Amino acid sequence: MNGCLMEPTLYTVKGIAILDNDGNRIFAKYYDKNAFPTATEQRTFEKNLFNKTHRANAEIIMLDGLTCVYRSNVDLFFYVMGSSHENELILMSVLNCLYDSISQILRKNVEKRAVMESLDIVILAMDEICDNGIILDADSSSIVSRVALRTDDIPLGEQTVAQVLQSAKEQLKWSLLK
Amino acid sequence: MSSFKRDKKEEEDGGGNPFQNIEKTAVLQEARVFNENLINARKCTQILTKILYLLNQGEQLGSTEATEVFFAMTKLFQSKDVILRRMVYLGIKELSSVANDVIIVTSSLTKDMTGKEDLYRAAAIRALCSITDATMLQAIERYMKQAIVDKNPAVSSAALVSSLHMTKIAYDVIKRWVNEAQEAVNSDNVMVQYHALGVLYHIRKSDRLAVTKLVAKLTRMSLKSPYAVCLLIRIACKLLEEEDTANDSSLFDFIESCLRHKSEMVTYEAAHAIVNLRKTTSHELVPAISVLQLFCSSPKPALRFAAVRTLNQVAISHPAAVTACNLDLENLITDSNRSIATLAITTLLKTGAESSVDRLMKQIATFVSEISDEFKVVVVQAIRALALKFPRKHSVLMNFLSAMLRDEGGLEYKASIADTIITMIEDNPEAKEAGLAHLCEFIEDCEHTSLAVKILHLLGKEGPRTKQPSRYIRFIYNRVILENPTVRAAAVSAMSQFGALCPDLLENILVLLARCQMDTDDEVRDRATYYSHILKQKDQGLYESYILQPLQISIPCLERSLREYLEAPSDTPFDIKSVPLATVPTEEEKQATVQKTEGILTIGPSKPIPVSREENYTERLSTLPGIQTLGPLFKSSEIIELTESETEYVVRCVKHCYTKHMVLQFDCINTLNDVLLENVRIQLDPSEGYIILSEIPCSKLPYNELASSYVILQMPEDLPSCFGTFGAVLKFIVKDCDPTTGLPETDNGYDDEYILENLEITLGDHIQRLHKINWAAAWEAAAARGYIEMEDTYSLSSTNTLEEAVKNIVQFLGLQPQERTDIVLEGKTTHTLLLAGVFRGGIEVLVRTKLALADGITMQLTVRSPDSDIAELIISAVG
Repeated sequence: MNGCLMEPTLYTVKGIAILDNDGNRIFAKYYDKNAFPTATEQRTFEKNLFNKTHRANAEIIMLDGLTCVYRSNVDLFFYVMGSSHENELILMSVLNCLYDSISQILRKNVEKRAVMESLDIVILAMDEICDNGIILDADSSSIVSRVALRTDDIPLGEQTVAQVLQSAKEQLKWSLLK
Repeated sequence: MSSFKRDKKEEEDGGGNPFQNIEKTAVLQEARVFNENLINARKCTQILTKILYLLNQGEQLGSTEATEVFFAMTKLFQSKDVILRRMVYLGIKELSSVANDVIIVTSSLTKDMTGKEDLYRAAAIRALCSITDATMLQAIERYMKQAIVDKNPAVSSAALVSSLHMTKIAYDVIKRWVNEAQEAVNSDNVMVQYHALGVLYHIRKSDRLAVTKLVAKLTRMSLKSPYAVCLLIRIACKLLEEEDTANDSSLFDFIESCLRHKSEMVTYEAAHAIVNLRKTTSHELVPAISVLQLFCSSPKPALRFAAVRTLNQVAISHPAAVTACNLDLENLITDSNRSIATLAITTLLKTGAESSVDRLMKQIATFVSEISDEFKVVVVQAIRALALKFPRKHSVLMNFLSAMLRDEGGLEYKASIADTIITMIEDNPEAKEAGLAHLCEFIEDCEHTSLAVKILHLLGKEGPRTKQPSRYIRFIYNRVILENPTVRAAAVSAMSQFGALCPDLLENILVLLARCQMDTDDEVRDRATYYSHILKQKDQGLYESYILQPLQISIPCLERSLREYLEAPSDTPFDIKSVPLATVPTEEEKQATVQKTEGILTIGPSKPIPVSREENYTERLSTLPGIQTLGPLFKSSEIIELTESETEYVVRCVKHCYTKHMVLQFDCINTLNDVLLENVRIQLDPSEGYIILSEIPCSKLPYNELASSYVILQMPEDLPSCFGTFGAVLKFIVKDCDPTTGLPETDNGYDDEYILENLEITLGDHIQRLHKINWAAAWEAAAARGYIEMEDTYSLSSTNTLEEAVKNIVQFLGLQPQERTDIVLEGKTTHTLLLAGVFRGGIEVLVRTKLALADGITMQLTVRSPDSDIAELIISAVG
């Protein structure tokens, strides 16, 4: 029983990961060099985690002595890992912040393609949420304000043909859906 | 709409993914764009993103590659694009560990950090601190202090978090920022408050008084941030745990008041803390439990999970307190999150009364097929605990387990069920017959070879001692007909056990073994031939040593000895007695492993197989000069403390016993950070008869490092004088040194000494524990083989209870208690303790002690051993 008491420290988060619907890593950060010394361990863990979670949408799971909270949307899986003695609700607040800020950044269009297109901003947001295992901020609106959303009016000349087509397609799609 | 679908498919195929199929070399090539005069921010951002993406995918950059990219990246500081600049910071952080000369960006970062652009400042601080080392920190100290108290919360947080990271490299510098951190705690921003508290606590945590003051102050001012309150609860808990007296109730009151906090995070933290505090009484537990109970019906899975997991912990220490939640827990059994359901079940099993077992088992049966193997294992473990708690319920549990055995499932799951049945059989004689019958049925249809072998072994061990041994033969022989060679071989061994122990079955067994001699597999034939030959001799002594008693030496040691023997061929045959014996795990160690597995479900990586102490030490000792001539290591003692744990020098001793020698290993730790010890040795004053052959001093003992010094002794020929008390003095040369570098300030040290506690050499040091499968048979065989028997009667004045007497005897003699005779049944006034072991040199010792309680304790001790000196020694040592 003793030892379950949590050491008072700010180092709360052991890892954050975003995986796609095949379990491949889109972006992941691990903050505990002891639990995940190299990329190989991280991969194995992610594979394991994905296999255990992609079917059952159960929000929380214990795996390899870690508490993992997760959330999925369309073709994305968001994970936040912490020690098995960690307060689950704190981890949950980090996960919610991650999801909400990405959702705001991508204008509610939370899917793999959109994340890939704005990967720079997503990486910045992750960096603003957690610094080396310490929760920097868990309020999504303040995160979004800090990563400075790009204004989307790029001069037409600087866009590639594909980008122009893409935005045209998007507009058409939305008008159809309405 | 169909075209829309097709589009979607195309997109999924990767058309829209700009990061697919990118290569490191190509991206590094692209990164040259950074050097252009006119910076295209958009393009550069994308390339930087690609680099970060590649690194994140596990791609490694070489030092030169990284340095090249790093320097190119520094050019991007010219651009004013906010996102690009922020990506550069990230790049710096990622590459700082691989690239060289990263400090050249210090001035650019310092400029950003003190500049006007708020979007840069916080991130610049964090990037800067990731490349700073202890010496450079002085230069930016002033800015950091300002940043901590900055009115922009992001900047302040960034500075606080970075300072916490840097305490690892420059604790002394960060310590000076305590006033700024103190000011930041009063900030209005919730995160700044949280980070400031974390930093403050970290700086002051070694100073108990300061922490107490800090907590006392903060508990009164009611922090805004729920995170900060959680942290404060943890700090308060730590204080409470460390406290010797329970007089300070204000801390506990604070934690309890947090149960009424408006944030769920805080209420849970407080409940969790109260539950885990060692001193919490069941009365104090009630409000915490009711909070958790409320969470049990929350719509959020995480909250339900947290609550059940905590209740599960409570169930171990205060099962009664959890019973109030039983109704809520039962509702959770059907939870869609299987982790929650399983935790609920195991909690219920722990708290349940004997009367509710039947009902619970019925409930589990309804859902057990739906859950994953991993959780089934947890359920099985809970059932095992239940079986130990309520032995009378064995039939219900056994039936349930056998039903589970028949279900589909992986090896780990089946193995855990089989293990549980085996424990039940061993612990509860009433359950034996039923359990064996279930296992027999199971091996009829078991696809796991290892499990079948294990069960066959158990049948061989337990079957012959049941009322009707013959009924098991059919099951075992069926395996010989139907299974693969490994199982067949195990079945042959099991049958021979029956042959050796049941004379009336012998003829039949011989017939069956004769058939097995026609087997297609070598191993099976060999075993059959071997056993039938021995069984035909009809000699109990042979049975005992070659069929019933398994090899007791430690297998890794045997392997090593054989390899050494093969490497240095000699004419003398290999002597199996030279291999150290396997140590029997003591009851406490077994308990500890059970405790560990029984805890909450932490499915961690499997633990390495424990090796015995002797095996560990053999490796280390083999490097000592002169050790090879002593022969194999016979026994290593437990670690003995020769100093108090809080003294300047800590010395622990391990006694290694060889056939004729004793090696004393002294592990020394120097706890003074301003001295270096050299030529550390132990001056021994051995008792008469011991000769010191050599001393191996430890040349250097720096602060806080463990080093060992050894003394090799020759033991006296005369056995009684082997025991005695040695005086010991630690001798060394002291050199003052610089506490930070550990280098000595002068070359001249002075001699000093430190008196250690006396070292006792006892009987137990010369005896290795040994486990006999069948003690009674061994006892009889000993008489038959002409062992010397000695007997004496003593009255034990120092102990008043049988338990204590048994414990003392086991400890004193260093022998292994057999057949669970070390457990004294309650209320008995007589007890028989059976012991076995091996004296150094491989001489077997069997001891029977009969204890009777009347006024004092009277003990009759009978020793059987092939060597009369040793038998006499044991008799006299006890007196």
